[in-house]
Amino acid sequence: MQYTLTEEQRLIQQTAREFADTVIAPAADKHNREARFPREIVKELGRMGFLGMLVPEVYGGSAAGNFALVLALEEVNRACASTGVTMSVQSSLVTAPIVHWASEDLKKRYLPRLASGEFLGAYALSEPGSGSDAASLVTSAVRDGNEFVLNGTKNFITTGLEADVVLAMVRTDPSHKTRGISAFVIEAASKGFSVGKKEDKLGLRASSTTQLVFEDLRVPAANMLGDLGGGFKIAMHTLDGGRIGIAAQAVGIAQACLDASVKYAEEREAFGQQIGKFQAMQWKIADMAMHIEAARLLVYNAARLKDEKQPHGKEAAMAKLFASQIANQAAREAVQIHGGAGYLEDFPVERYMRDARITEIYEGTSEIQRLVIARSVLHNLK
Amino acid sequence: MKIVVLVKSVPDTESKIKITADGSGIETQGLKFVMNPYDEYAVEEAIRIRERLKDDTTVVAVSLGPDRVEEVLRTALAMGADDAIHVGDPAFEGGDAGANARVLAEVIRPLGAHLILGGKQGIDDDAAQTIPAIAELLGIPQALILTELKIEGNKASARRRVEGGDEVVELTLPAAVTCEKGLNEPRYASLPGIMKAKKKEIRKVGLADVKLDAGQVGAAGSKSKLVRYHALPERPPVKMIPGDAAQQAKELARLLREEAKVI
Repeated sequence: MQYTLTEEQRLIQQTAREFADTVIAPAADKHNREARFPREIVKELGRMGFLGMLVPEVYGGSAAGNFALVLALEEVNRACASTGVTMSVQSSLVTAPIVHWASEDLKKRYLPRLASGEFLGAYALSEPGSGSDAASLVTSAVRDGNEFVLNGTKNFITTGLEADVVLAMVRTDPSHKTRGISAFVIEAASKGFSVGKKEDKLGLRASSTTQLVFEDLRVPAANMLGDLGGGFKIAMHTLDGGRIGIAAQAVGIAQACLDASVKYAEEREAFGQQIGKFQAMQWKIADMAMHIEAARLLVYNAARLKDEKQPHGKEAAMAKLFASQIANQAAREAVQIHGGAGYLEDFPVERYMRDARITEIYEGTSEIQRLVIARSVLHNLK
Repeated sequence: MKIVVLVKSVPDTESKIKITADGSGIETQGLKFVMNPYDEYAVEEAIRIRERLKDDTTVVAVSLGPDRVEEVLRTALAMGADDAIHVGDPAFEGGDAGANARVLAEVIRPLGAHLILGGKQGIDDDAAQTIPAIAELLGIPQALILTELKIEGNKASARRRVEGGDEVVELTLPAAVTCEKGLNEPRYASLPGIMKAKKKEIRKVGLADVKLDAGQVGAAGSKSKLVRYHALPERPPVKMIPGDAAQQAKELARLLREEAKVI
């Protein structure tokens, strides 16, 4: 299968690349060291239309699609994975489910503001007691007239500190496990909404990860996505799309590792020659380049399937699993190629290594990806 | 008002340029081409003028060259240009600045442009001749290498950087100007802009569409001929002189006399 980019895909990639190189990358180390959210950069991404790539034109988006989105995500993540995850969450985990399952009224209310970056979004599924076993979530939503009253705590919420709207999966029926979960769009300005603990993380330090606390938070019933009890399906389907974005993120980090390694291997001399002339370095770099190529094709394939509205759960899981593994391998080798220098903050590869780690964990751990793949391959288990 | 922006497709500043074996040109295989960076200021300025005037002003991007220039035109459309014209014909190939200006002047003339904008020079051949030549052929005033441009009615006030200071020139429209770094900060193409640009048609103009014959355009219509490209000689390797200061000085003096023959 061959992927020749169309003229507009090339333009989107080129625009993202230029913005990543000239605006995002130069500030990335500072933002990450100071654990400061790059608000201005994210706003600019919104102004340029990079937060509305999955939003139809009538709601202020560009409807550029998933393929164009992964092209842009790779470039943004190559410069800064914290910025990249903000963009991926906004597109794949917040705007996409609103486009698919929200009422016309909700779409009109939220999509234009999310697409332009005026509003930032978060996706709230995990809880202190439920991560991979998402269906055991306990945050409750009890109907009261035309409203639901929410109580509970959400955990590990990306962009939790800055989010204006949150797509939250909550339990509307304690007697059913998966079919007792519903999805709501919640405004952070609501009474009873508060941001809990802000986590101090190994990587992605310029992106906030927080707890969200709901205390007698009243949400209009009209803010429900899809049907009552349909929330788990929405959550899982949404994550299939999100995984393609995280896979693109991993490819971006891996590419940043390769770029830094090539630069260093050509500059640095040891034993009287460029270290890139040593076969030990060449093998590392060759493997990195090969892995990136393979991972990128898996990402492209999953994105294309999603754009064509074909089943893509298995392909998204494969892309995410493989890309996150090779990103971590590339980061480790990039640090190795840099030697002692790679262990210092003076070079960006230590950040790439810290940032790469999360791609094997969030939006489904590597173990969950294998489960998804195995279940789509093994059909006749009793 | 009608604004024409001339844009050129040039090799990316970061690409490694290789000269063809016969020295007649550069290897274009695998080379990445981008919009000439100075032309980005011109596109941005044209769009800003249109945004300021808030009337029926339109911006037309025009590019002469092979099919790859359509990518640069697409970028101009994505930034906000209204229309695009690709001036392309095998007969136009190999033209010098004079021949290219002749073709472009004939393409622009029927458009009724009030303002022609372009970069101060193409970063490929650095000739900086095409736009001045177009202005001459059209018989309109020109101001080059601008860092500020103001349009008021049918007058343009242009600021240009000269040795030791600035010079302000007033022009009566129609006029042609070229843009220098610092004139503005070119915007990025927006996603909606890119998607809209995709749907726009790029008008193609060839020899049959201009009032010129084959002998006046391209290589045939050129008064200068590019003979050969030469790569800069590679810098010889640096020689490190070992030893203490006295030994180094002695060896350096010897090398300067015997090898470099400068003392």
